[in-house]
Amino acid sequence: MNLSPLNAAVLRSSLPVLFGYLPLGAAFGVLFSDLGYHWLYATAMGLFIYAGAGQFLAVGLLANQAGLMEMAIATLLINSRHVFYGLSLMSRMHNRGWRKWYQIFGLTDETYSLITSTPIPAGIDPGPFHLRITAINQAYWLLGCTSGAWLGSQLEFSTDGIAFVLPALFMVLTIEQYKHLRDIRPFIAALVIGIGTLALISREHMLLIAILLSLSVLMMQYAARHHSGIQAGGAGHD
Amino acid sequence: MTEFWYLTSVIAVLAGATFATRALPFLLLSRVADHPLLEHLGRFLPPIVMVLLVVYSFKNDAALSIDFVPELGCLALVAALHLLFRQALLSIIAGTGTYMVLVQMQMQMQMQMGLG
Repeated sequence: MNLSPLNAAVLRSSLPVLFGYLPLGAAFGVLFSDLGYHWLYATAMGLFIYAGAGQFLAVGLLANQAGLMEMAIATLLINSRHVFYGLSLMSRMHNRGWRKWYQIFGLTDETYSLITSTPIPAGIDPGPFHLRITAINQAYWLLGCTSGAWLGSQLEFSTDGIAFVLPALFMVLTIEQYKHLRDIRPFIAALVIGIGTLALISREHMLLIAILLSLSVLMMQYAARHHSGIQAGGAGHD
Repeated sequence: MTEFWYLTSVIAVLAGATFATRALPFLLLSRVADHPLLEHLGRFLPPIVMVLLVVYSFKNDAALSIDFVPELGCLALVAALHLLFRQALLSIIAGTGTYMVLVQMQMQMQMQMGLG
């Protein structure tokens, strides 16, 4: 097989997502097939919605015959963390036109993580690299959703524990982030905020609450630094 | 046919709501994309989110229970391997493989002890 350096790099960086999305997508597909609808609708959801937690939520909403308005609000709430993903990507978006909008459409947790944490290999343009990562991740997800819904409950899950591949990927990407940033403070702060939120505030909504808390810390830190900068006549940042 | 239109409208609404959350900052803030505050967030939010995604994977474990041990141990293994060799796939495959073996052994033991 002759792979271009670009495609080889895309394949190598996205492989952990394949092992995460295949079982996760299949789990969604199996749940969806219990509703009794044609498996093509599961494929369509992976194609047009493309959201892990969002699609699992959709199965529950469909099973309960929820109204469209209720569905829209629930989806907005469960995906609201993605607003902040976009917020932190704005200063490093390398694509324009439809490529940019497709990349925004495909901004799942895993794609965001790969895009922000994987160093661009030498001699490769960040634009096509990020675009292809986004597309291949969606292809993995479609494969999972479709096969799960198609095979339905015939599928035997002897793959207990394989979902650990995603936390393992996030762990690796955390270390990559640290090697890039060389500043331990945001990592400690996130650990404290994350564990604190999980233990004291909420399990189900931990991710959104912890992101909001971190965002307010970052904003206050920015404001304080900006304020002291003005008082010192614009000099003496940090 | 009604089933087709029902599911099509559901998918359209969910697709619209999902895309809206991802596109919102780009639609509202594209004119100020190079504002220093957005650069500040672009620099520090990704590492924070990465740590939070790791912590979030513990949300289904009961506090201070045995459930924590395999996951915490295997995450430490992933981190150690990655700090030593910096081969992402190696770290992830070794950690996940070990985790799967541990979890499946744990389930077998529970079944043998009649707890499962």
